[in-house]
Amino acid sequence: MFVFRLDTHSGVPPYLQLVQQVRQAVLLGFLRPGDRLPLIREVVEDLAINPNTVAKAYRQMEQENLVTGRPGQGTFVDEQQSAAVSPSTYTSLHRGLATWLRRAYAAGLDEQAVNALFASVHQQTRNEDVA
Amino acid sequence: MTAIEFALRTDGVGKRYRKGWALRDCTLALPAGGVIALVGPNGAGKTTLLRLVVGLLAPSTGTVEVLGHDVTASTPQTLSRIGFLAQDHPLYKRFTVADLLRFGRACNLRFDQGLAERRLAKLGIPLDRKAGTLSGGQQAQVALALALAKRPDLLVLDEPVASLDPLARHEFLQVLMGAVAEGGVTVLFSSHVVHELERVCDHLIVLNQGRVTLTGDIDTLLTEHRLLVGPRTATELDRADAVVEAVHSDRHTTLLVRDGAIPAAPGWQAQPVSLEDLVLAYLRRPSEQGAAVTPEVTA
Repeated sequence: MFVFRLDTHSGVPPYLQLVQQVRQAVLLGFLRPGDRLPLIREVVEDLAINPNTVAKAYRQMEQENLVTGRPGQGTFVDEQQSAAVSPSTYTSLHRGLATWLRRAYAAGLDEQAVNALFASVHQQTRNEDVA
Repeated sequence: MTAIEFALRTDGVGKRYRKGWALRDCTLALPAGGVIALVGPNGAGKTTLLRLVVGLLAPSTGTVEVLGHDVTASTPQTLSRIGFLAQDHPLYKRFTVADLLRFGRACNLRFDQGLAERRLAKLGIPLDRKAGTLSGGQQAQVALALALAKRPDLLVLDEPVASLDPLARHEFLQVLMGAVAEGGVTVLFSSHVVHELERVCDHLIVLNQGRVTLTGDIDTLLTEHRLLVGPRTATELDRADAVVEAVHSDRHTTLLVRDGAIPAAPGWQAQPVSLEDLVLAYLRRPSEQGAAVTPEVTA
């Protein structure tokens, strides 16, 4: 069964953290179409979190067609969802990024500079794609 | 489905003790079904407000309406729908847990003893132990089980987790949130721990020097407020209505603003504010009417 985490210091609203975790797990293949998410009640008692927050996260995921709620049965990862990347592609991308990061740190960049550089290149690439 | 939209409504509520006002002009409307946090420094009037809500105190001015009924009338029927857990979870220390449950059943119109026993069994708390011999966390759990056994529509807790260690605090909140998930109960609790609020609450009341300085739905409050960072600005901005707090350094000014009032000037960056920073800013803000609260009043 999927297990949610909560980072109270991240500045990201709790409901959004839950949505992001499912989105990411689907993307990476940890959650597959048809997998059942824990009941709201189970998430609440596990994380000691406000039930309205969990309900809000589940509503948002349904709106994004990430999951489907089946009355009386639970909430399931949507059949349309499939891992966007195969495990081998994921591993190779992961390795490539790790190599790049080591080079960046070796060149004297710190974490903040790396994040800033990534954000700026990301933005640039997105703009090029749009143009 | 009941027709009650608001679990709690107060209108112009004030409470005056011999030494002065502990609470003034308190007007609130809190929706049913939520978890509401009452935040403020020691002596802000939190306990006074909670005691007014559960009918243990009568207001000096204004009205308190709980679940659609005036609390000052305090009929047993109204009171049976309100649960109250006082600070430090007081229990009769020499009673066994089973005695406490029997006592609870005898003293309440509504009391689900089976529910309390199941909750305590799940937590591994033996019924034959004397309350005084249980750990602090277990005593808190017994007190919570007693309060929940009333199946209250409104559960009021005064600093429920202040005295608990982190693990006991987590376990306490797990049970409390589980009860909310079962439906039907609105929770109002006071706290001065700010950083854990976001996971637990959906509604907020900030109380400072006997006055409500901020109240509302947390998501709405966070959307309404922005941190603006920009070049150092003239101090008149401090007095603008939308500015909650202004912090100036040599070259920079950081403004916490409400209602998205973003200065047109270039070079300003807007960023979202965290709940903790928002609460702290309102706690630092001097009460507008220069509250006439005497500091000796412990609330």
